[in-house]
Amino acid sequence: MPEVLRRIVLEHSDEVAAKWLKEIAEKRKGDYTSSISTELYESTNREFVNNIFASIDHPDEIAKLDAFAERIINLGWPLSYITDGLQSFRRVTIDFILTESSSVETVEFSKILTVVDDWVEPIIKQLVNQYSGNWEHTVSLQRLALQELSAPLIPVMENITIMPLIGTIDTERAKQIMENLLEGVMKHNSEVVLMDITGVPVVDTMVAHHIIQAAEAVRLIGATCILVGIRPEIAQTIVNLGIDLSNFPTKSSLRKGFQSALEITNREIVNLDNSTNDMTDILDSLK
Amino acid sequence: MEIKSCVKIRKEWDIVSARQMGREMAKELGFGTVDQARIATAISELARNIYLYAEDGQIDYEVITEVNRRGIKITAHDNGPGIEDLGRVMEDGYSTSGGLGAGLPGVKRLMNHFDLQSEPGKGTTVTAIKWVR
Repeated sequence: MPEVLRRIVLEHSDEVAAKWLKEIAEKRKGDYTSSISTELYESTNREFVNNIFASIDHPDEIAKLDAFAERIINLGWPLSYITDGLQSFRRVTIDFILTESSSVETVEFSKILTVVDDWVEPIIKQLVNQYSGNWEHTVSLQRLALQELSAPLIPVMENITIMPLIGTIDTERAKQIMENLLEGVMKHNSEVVLMDITGVPVVDTMVAHHIIQAAEAVRLIGATCILVGIRPEIAQTIVNLGIDLSNFPTKSSLRKGFQSALEITNREIVNLDNSTNDMTDILDSLK
Repeated sequence: MEIKSCVKIRKEWDIVSARQMGREMAKELGFGTVDQARIATAISELARNIYLYAEDGQIDYEVITEVNRRGIKITAHDNGPGIEDLGRVMEDGYSTSGGLGAGLPGVKRLMNHFDLQSEPGKGTTVTAIKWVR
């Protein structure tokens, strides 16, 4: 930054800052930030403008700006606070320099513009980068969390495994379902797999297609796949769509599916009440 | 009274927001749960077709009112490659993407009114209406 301009800006930094604060306060009316307390808003603005002025002399010192951006992000303030703020700061500064400098020639004018741009642009860039980096980080964390939830396989008892599906099934998830299903069937040595779609909001042709493929693959490795948790409205849409699910067994609820799984594996649930009754009978008869 | 809104389809997850929007509107209009599921499924099919074949398009929602009935009108349009043979895509089991081939004929059965307009190279517009019973 040329010495002349630098001096103008730094000597009158208070005036520029005051003008900027006024403009920002004007903008704030009926804005997204209106719910923020005035005290906090003003102190943050002051910190913001101090950071901007500090960057004239130390353009490479980014730690302070980073810390400031971090704080704004944690406060949950929108990105537009920073971009709008810096845009109006640029305008205010250019206005101020122009009124201060005596000559208003075209060459001089464009020089001032460039100088101020060179000053403000890197700050905008840095802050926006930090913001978007923060978002990307959040999104990638959520994607990871979603992936962990996407296709769990639960071995409930020997030879019987359940895969509960909750939420939307997209192509990526369908792939995972297939992989986890086949891997799990091999690992747990399952004879029957119950695929529960109670929590799947919409079964369209794509979802149905993936389910059919997964069930077919399970059949190929010698196990049986029972589709359970078909709600009445889903049953009707499947019929309307004309999807043929006759090739593998379906049940309305996990409970019914589990019962047929027991039948397939030659087991049944025995009620212990009867045997205790028998015992009391025997004890009674002994008296 | 006409309420119009739209959802753009560009990513796979846009399909989810498209059908959620449709389900919301259907609920407000007083459709039962079965019809809500039908409408959401139909939108899902149409949105997926846009995503798979045209890559970019949008779904419009409109509440339509006639003298003695109200309904929801779904319009899916795109500027994609269009459909070569309009007769064949309405056949069950015909698919160019290895799917089940039940999408468009399925939508026709899920909804009350169905209209398909397409020209190769120019794009496709599907209009479907469901009346509140």
